[in-house]
Amino acid sequence: MSQIEPTANVPPEQEPSTDFVVRLGAAQRAGGLIVPVLTAVLAFLAGGIVVAATGHNPWTAYKGIWEGAGFNWLFHIPWDTNTIHLSAFNLSQTLLTATTLILVGIAVAFPFRCGLFNIGGQGQYLVGLIVANWVGVSFASWPTLPHVLLGIGAATVAGAVWAGIAGFLKATTGAHEVISTIMLNWIAIWGGQYLFGQGGPLQNTYNPAAPESGTIAQSARIPVFWGNPVLQGLDYGFFVAIVALVLFWFILNRTTLGYEVRAVGFNPDAAAYGGINVRRKYIQAMAISGAFAGLAGALDMLGYLFQFGVLDVQASQIGFLGIAVALLGRNTAIGTGIAAFLFGGLLYGTTRGLNPNVFDPSLAGNLTSMIQGLIVLFVGADILILYVWNARRKLRPGRRGEAVVT
Amino acid sequence: MTNHAQPLPDAHWVLRPKTIAVTGSVLGLVAFWSAIPPFTARSPLVPIMIGVLAIAAGLWAVSRGARRVGWGAIASGVIGLGLGLLATRSSSANLQVVFRADLVAQVFVFATPLTFGALGGMVSERSGVVNVGLEGMMLMGAFWGVYGADKGGSWVVGILVALAAGALFALLHAYWSVHLRANQIVSGMAINFLALGVTGYFFEQLYGNKNIPAGVSTVPNVAIPGIDHVADLGPAIGDLNLLIWVGIIFVPLSYFILFKTPIGLRVRACGEHPRAADTVGINVYAVRYAAVVVSGMLAALGGAFLSIGFGGGSFTENMTEGRGFIALAAMIFGNWRPFGAWGAALLFGFSTALAFRLPVYSSSAATLFQVLPYVLTLIAVAGVIGRSVPPAADGQPYVKQ
Repeated sequence: MSQIEPTANVPPEQEPSTDFVVRLGAAQRAGGLIVPVLTAVLAFLAGGIVVAATGHNPWTAYKGIWEGAGFNWLFHIPWDTNTIHLSAFNLSQTLLTATTLILVGIAVAFPFRCGLFNIGGQGQYLVGLIVANWVGVSFASWPTLPHVLLGIGAATVAGAVWAGIAGFLKATTGAHEVISTIMLNWIAIWGGQYLFGQGGPLQNTYNPAAPESGTIAQSARIPVFWGNPVLQGLDYGFFVAIVALVLFWFILNRTTLGYEVRAVGFNPDAAAYGGINVRRKYIQAMAISGAFAGLAGALDMLGYLFQFGVLDVQASQIGFLGIAVALLGRNTAIGTGIAAFLFGGLLYGTTRGLNPNVFDPSLAGNLTSMIQGLIVLFVGADILILYVWNARRKLRPGRRGEAVVT
Repeated sequence: MTNHAQPLPDAHWVLRPKTIAVTGSVLGLVAFWSAIPPFTARSPLVPIMIGVLAIAAGLWAVSRGARRVGWGAIASGVIGLGLGLLATRSSSANLQVVFRADLVAQVFVFATPLTFGALGGMVSERSGVVNVGLEGMMLMGAFWGVYGADKGGSWVVGILVALAAGALFALLHAYWSVHLRANQIVSGMAINFLALGVTGYFFEQLYGNKNIPAGVSTVPNVAIPGIDHVADLGPAIGDLNLLIWVGIIFVPLSYFILFKTPIGLRVRACGEHPRAADTVGINVYAVRYAAVVVSGMLAALGGAFLSIGFGGGSFTENMTEGRGFIALAAMIFGNWRPFGAWGAALLFGFSTALAFRLPVYSSSAATLFQVLPYVLTLIAVAGVIGRSVPPAADGQPYVKQ
């Protein structure tokens, strides 16, 4: 470097090139669709290598997962929506999983655009789930529509408050949101175990031996539009998630709030200089994010779970998957949506959807965690991915694109 | 000369606010202690008087400028008084069940993985690399430790394999954090997911639906001759696992290395001001690599304690169950210092051990003690009782110039 770099005298914490959020923006402009696709392909390749190395056929394993997710239904033309067919049923279940993932993905993506990393999606999801269960079990005499709306509304507010705590602490005391959301996750997990546990306030009334919640009233259940309600069909919550995705895009790109959130995300100091109340944006961004996660909990509880136990609270991981969904989707609305469908298929296709004779679901479930980890890892290493991509580009001198700032 | 820096310049050290405040904190513990076996004071006056004394000492210290320790003493007094009162109102028989001498041993059992994890996290963060991947590195240590002990036939092999597994994932985290300058939290979370998948996958692959076979070589207990049969002392510390003692030894050792040797100075320099460290010729990248790898090995030891130490040669999927995150909390609660982190680990271990025994009263009280570490850490990062302050360059990738 012969020329003097303008950042030479800036202390390390203000160097723009090291800031992940800024770099993510640069990568987005440079790589577009290529980087996330390359990331996912690399992760699936690496997962396949592990499968092959342990003596299984990766091709049949992935094919089994593909069919377990019901994606093969798309190629069965003419499409028959009757869920008597396994592929149609599997696809409806994949969409059910994607419903949750879209919302917990937004819960990570939205504050990320504000420069905040929300690891607390799991806790906010659980709080929403608990509140929705409480509303669903109580008010049993209400008609369906107000009952469902009350459950959704209360859970959304609860999620917003839960995440808002982290935003408030960040704004007032500077407590790092990663630490506080991790702590709030575990408080929610133990809170759920207490509430649904033996002697807990929300434990069911009909079987005192079972540490499980009560079952929500019929009036609180979101109607099913695809499949048999008895066999867990796809409910109208799916459309709520799609609307939430549009809302996320709209807030971020078409409102003053979204503009300010993005400004803070790019550079809080510059945003403050421009007259934006950065602290208030932190609280708002976290509360909105928590609202989406709380909504996810409500849709799950009122849509198909209907009740939840202590063991379910301990085993639930879906909120954490929102991190991978958001990062793979580059924190954009369309990207989060696509990533949610991918992970929804992966999650359902490796567990209950998978034919045990094709590939052992207990192996495949862990393969999902592995691919999830690899995707997050590779997204974190956007430099590496861009390097690979640019190296390929340089091999073709005729098509030199713009220089990539990393 | 300004004299507001030292309000009582001539006071004997016994009368300094800090000493009084520390005494107050201890008194708070005594207030609770007085009401449980072996003393078992039945009159509520005893814990009330001692607790009030502790609160008074804290208030006095706060008014004299020792705010952090002073508020600590007040908190300790209030908690000690409250718990002491509860204890005097419960039946002696229940108290005997909860507060047997082996509670001490159990506190050590629960605190040891946290101690290893917290020390590991501290080493990494002191060098400037945030490590939220502790949970994953711990899980790697747990599974590969028991695998090594099973296939290698000896717990020594198990420990070595666990160390290697933890170091491997730590190396990954270090490469991502130092060379690729990735977001360290993203990378750490990736480590957690990846470890969950890798250990679960290989556990299913290598052991199928069966458990780890019985009779795997495990880390032995250390029976201390002379006190292992003494009443009260024997059950408490007479027969602890070797790894528990290793963990205890690592606390002063890490304090000495980090704060009293040139190596420790270099590590801390990289975490506080890497540019300055680079200027005086410290290889920041090398130091951070080494610190993160040591961190992963320590976390893996904590994991190995779960599987082949106290666990007696077993493994279950997601065995660590968030202990890596409590270790992270202990490190923050202990203000990125070895003895602080150890104290926090013991406190959190105590609260977990109590939670396992409190169901004799009510299961909701047990849950309360499970959640205590997280609430305390939330309060600590929010700075209600003295803010926890991370190293200045924690989480900042360093770019050489």
